[in-house]
Amino acid sequence: MSRVLDVYDLVKSFTMHHLAAELGAFEGVSFSLDAGEFLLLRGPNGAGKSSLLRTIYRSYLPDRGHVLFHSTAGVVDLARAADVDIAVLRRREIGFVTQFLTARPRVAAEALVAEPLRHAGEPADAALQTARRWLDTFGVRPGLWAAYPTTFSGGEQQKVNLARALILPRRLLLLDEPTASLDRQARAALVARLAELKAGGTAMIGVFHHPGDVEHLVDRALDLSSDPAEHSHVAV
Amino acid sequence: MVPRRADDLMTLALDPPRLVETRPLVEVQALSLRYGEVQALRDVSLNVMPGEVLGVVGESGSGKSTLLRLLNLEETPDTGTYGLDLAGLPDNLFSLDRYARRMLCATRIGIVYQNPHLGLLMRHSSSGNVAERLLVAGERRFATLRAAARSALEASEFPLERFDAPPAELSGGMQQRVQLAKAIALEPALLLLDEPTTGLDVSVQALVLDTLKQLQAARAITMVLVSHDLGVIRTMADRVVVMRGGRIVETGLADQVFQDPQHPYTQQLVHAKL
Repeated sequence: MSRVLDVYDLVKSFTMHHLAAELGAFEGVSFSLDAGEFLLLRGPNGAGKSSLLRTIYRSYLPDRGHVLFHSTAGVVDLARAADVDIAVLRRREIGFVTQFLTARPRVAAEALVAEPLRHAGEPADAALQTARRWLDTFGVRPGLWAAYPTTFSGGEQQKVNLARALILPRRLLLLDEPTASLDRQARAALVARLAELKAGGTAMIGVFHHPGDVEHLVDRALDLSSDPAEHSHVAV
Repeated sequence: MVPRRADDLMTLALDPPRLVETRPLVEVQALSLRYGEVQALRDVSLNVMPGEVLGVVGESGSGKSTLLRLLNLEETPDTGTYGLDLAGLPDNLFSLDRYARRMLCATRIGIVYQNPHLGLLMRHSSSGNVAERLLVAGERRFATLRAAARSALEASEFPLERFDAPPAELSGGMQQRVQLAKAIALEPALLLLDEPTTGLDVSVQALVLDTLKQLQAARAITMVLVSHDLGVIRTMADRVVVMRGGRIVETGLADQVFQDPQHPYTQQLVHAKL
């Protein structure tokens, strides 16, 4: 199996200037991940699970440590790479699925889902066809495909989000509670798509409140302690 | 499973691959400008990659608009350089004379001002305002001018039945569309936007932003967008610079600046948003 990620001694804390305080998120996190592996992050609320995902994605800047991503072009330390390089990797190789949809106003659901395909160079018509298929798979009614997702219910927004985030295979996929607020059909479609991506070699790190759905996909789990000073360890 | 030793890891990352092959379109180095007692810009350096939207945020008086005026070559800084990675241009655009600056701005740099009065002749027709750009660039055939104005106005989603109406008779949102059409009439390499949606009501604001996004997607125009509206910046920008007192205090990917602001001022700004 080819290596996708080496995280070494990663530390993140937040400086809250208005309180003149430091808030630790996680400390000394190390692990490695191969292609097609699924790592589950576990721990109580506030243990830093989402923060770890965001730090790997570089929405958060780590205090120290390394996030070595084995991209198709070579090894990049995501903790230090230039913003423009991170932007390129996000477009091509690293995906992030959250429970929140950040949709631009006045953009149709199908156009939003088709966007990653169009960025990858697919013609508009073909991209739209594929987008509609995925919206259908995740259970978004055809009547809503041309509507603006900002008007959708939470669950429907989440389906649009998933279709968009999972439409293209990635080398690394970060999943932050993607099953929250989903109905059964959508959950099943999500798990099926994740299994498909995993079989295709996508490495995944996920936070799930109810990991039962993805149990059969999980290869390993990483326990984050609620006390950041305590070392996290890897369990099988 | 167990990570390799730190040294091994570091040798891997010592020679990072080139992920971005292109050079920045805009390269600004160490710009400083003083107006009398006021130091409007202090040592501002930034670059913008081709096709990127760079957001500039900061409070009034932070130097945002001054920066944009310099990028539009309306003024010359006390020190600093500004380069555009286009054929036939000097390393520092401030070395150009007034005529060359005007030509460059008319043909390769578009700007949309917050105040349409700055960008438009309010009593001339909208079509004429847009066609003026092509006139400056040397086009003289009436039919070509009309056709170009029409297609630019259409691209900025301007209602074509108002084609010849003067901006003075149009709503604020429409005036911004005419400015936008004028700015993109010659397919600029760089589009500068100074608070393009400030003063518009929310629904019109969404329309203008969406038009900008569509243009950006269709033509991959590089943009520098100045706004004090964090929502606008968050929707539009790939990267963000935060300015205060004429300096850049923070720069980063848009989601990182909003989710994990580092500078005390940026934290204050982000947390003040409703």
